[in-house]
Amino acid sequence: MTHTNLLTVSDLTVHRGAAKILDRVNLSIAKGETLALVGESGAGKSTIATALMQLLDGAEVEGRAELQEAGDLLSLPARQMVKLRGRRLSMIFQDAGAALNPAYTVGRQLTTTLRRNLGLTRSAAHAKAIELFTSVGINDAEARLSAFPHQLSGGMQQRVMVAIALACNPDLLLADEPTSALDVTIQAQIIRLILSLTRERGASCIFVLHDLALASQSCDRIVVLYAGQVVESGPARDVLTHHRHPYTRQLESCVVEIGRHDLVAPEGAVPPHDQMPKGCRFATRCPRALDRCAVEAPPLTPANPARTGALDHVFACWNPE
Amino acid sequence: MLVQALGKIGQTLVVLFIVSIATFGLLKLAPGDPVQIMLGSEYSQEAYESLTAEMGLDRSFLVQYADWAINFVQGDWGTSFVARTDIFTYGFKEALPVTLTLAFFSLSFAILIGVPLGVLSAVKKDTAFDAGSAVFALTGTAFPSFLLGILLIWFFGVRLGWFPVMGYVSPWEEFWTGIYHMILPGLTLSTYFIAMITRLTRASLIEVLEEPYIAAARARGEPSWRVIWVHGVRNIAMPLVTILGLQLGTLLQGTVLTETVFNLPGIGQMLTSAVLGREYGVVQAGVIMTALLFIGVNLLVDLSYPILDPRLRDRK
Repeated sequence: MTHTNLLTVSDLTVHRGAAKILDRVNLSIAKGETLALVGESGAGKSTIATALMQLLDGAEVEGRAELQEAGDLLSLPARQMVKLRGRRLSMIFQDAGAALNPAYTVGRQLTTTLRRNLGLTRSAAHAKAIELFTSVGINDAEARLSAFPHQLSGGMQQRVMVAIALACNPDLLLADEPTSALDVTIQAQIIRLILSLTRERGASCIFVLHDLALASQSCDRIVVLYAGQVVESGPARDVLTHHRHPYTRQLESCVVEIGRHDLVAPEGAVPPHDQMPKGCRFATRCPRALDRCAVEAPPLTPANPARTGALDHVFACWNPE
Repeated sequence: MLVQALGKIGQTLVVLFIVSIATFGLLKLAPGDPVQIMLGSEYSQEAYESLTAEMGLDRSFLVQYADWAINFVQGDWGTSFVARTDIFTYGFKEALPVTLTLAFFSLSFAILIGVPLGVLSAVKKDTAFDAGSAVFALTGTAFPSFLLGILLIWFFGVRLGWFPVMGYVSPWEEFWTGIYHMILPGLTLSTYFIAMITRLTRASLIEVLEEPYIAAARARGEPSWRVIWVHGVRNIAMPLVTILGLQLGTLLQGTVLTETVFNLPGIGQMLTSAVLGREYGVVQAGVIMTALLFIGVNLLVDLSYPILDPRLRDRK
């Protein structure tokens, strides 16, 4: 399967000063696939997305991220990276209101992207912008082009961001918690919009989310991260229903609690970067922790040894469920 | 927006009234009797009284103010007692353009040198270049401009003979000669502002470059020069324009010294000689022109905010 992967990330490690933010993360995404990165804040989900875009300032990045027909995203020279951004890779940000330049109209921000990346003329870019705005569900697209970001609602701003991100038909879309700044009702709309548009275009999509249920509903595969490491990954349904790692269970039960109007986050907190345990990083918060967990880090193990391949369900735990 | 603008203009008129009445009043309170100065050391009581009456100095304060204000608006600014010339011609037509030209050139130098230097320092934050520009800026702020002026005259004017050391030629009449004459005084006056704009640009741009919309611009494939100049610098325009407006007072103050050092016949020089000669009319005219300039520029600064930041356009 690996040879058909659009993107293969191997041993992605990120240091910021003495802190190790990501520790040997491996993941891959096939063409047209949607992948969710799930975990608490501080798990390093967003760092993966920013590192892939080479937008991570002031950090040391190691490892490889092979994008089909482009090479290693982590070591590409800046000039070549500029050419990939927006064209083959694009990104949607958490807070669309802050990610749109307040000084320019949303139309200008979209048409500049079209004109610069695709070489369209002014009028062709204008026509294409109207088409894109309509496709992301913005009514009265022509009039909205001349709106400034602050004149639009949060949902509208995120639709504009989606339009800009998909403007040049990228192969891979990185959506960094695209709905965390929005109302719950609009969240679902935006996620559905991103999914249908990427599917329509055959693009792959990496969603950064902290909601396991949302991830399993919308994505093909899920990667669960804890303190900068992958602790479990596999097909969405397997990870949600047959999870083996106790942390995935906590994330899942956390969702159930919301249903009961009784929000309980996983107890405790991620250990600080300078006090990372030698063994399993989750051991300090784990109800199933053994003596071994504190001293020896568990490797990623196939959940179903009979089946092998990139889509396989793997987890890292000495005492799995 | 129109209502906002009209409100601002109304405010400006009130400020102008206060400034003018204060200037008028303060000069009345200043020690030294202009009548005595004009009459010399020996004079008769009648001569004193008749000149006082001729100059209208025997009337009440408010009448004198109203009289002066009405004449002022009509361009009748009286005559300079010592120079015996029309103050309107002397101040408004001759001195003001010189000062405006000097201010224009030093502001242009400050922006043309300060903004790029600040942008480079922000982009190359914490490098040798940034440290060097910080030292330059600190020196520029601390160094007295008149001393710098003298040094510039000595080096470029006297030693190298590249630039004229003094005198004024209007660049609006003789373009190149005028600019040539403005380079040394313009640079002298602008050092402080170059330094200030460099630091301000650096600080504001570093902050703006942290904004998510900068990362978003990079994420959609904008090259770094566009990210910095189109997305970054556009958003520091407001603090920059605000500071420039507020620092115009400092700039106008600076013109006094610069005009003296370079012997430019501007408002600064006019005010200096008028204060020494206790010429009320000339001082008033000079102060009011300076105040008008300051207030007018800051009105423009206020009115420019909605242009600079679209978010301010919709505010009621």
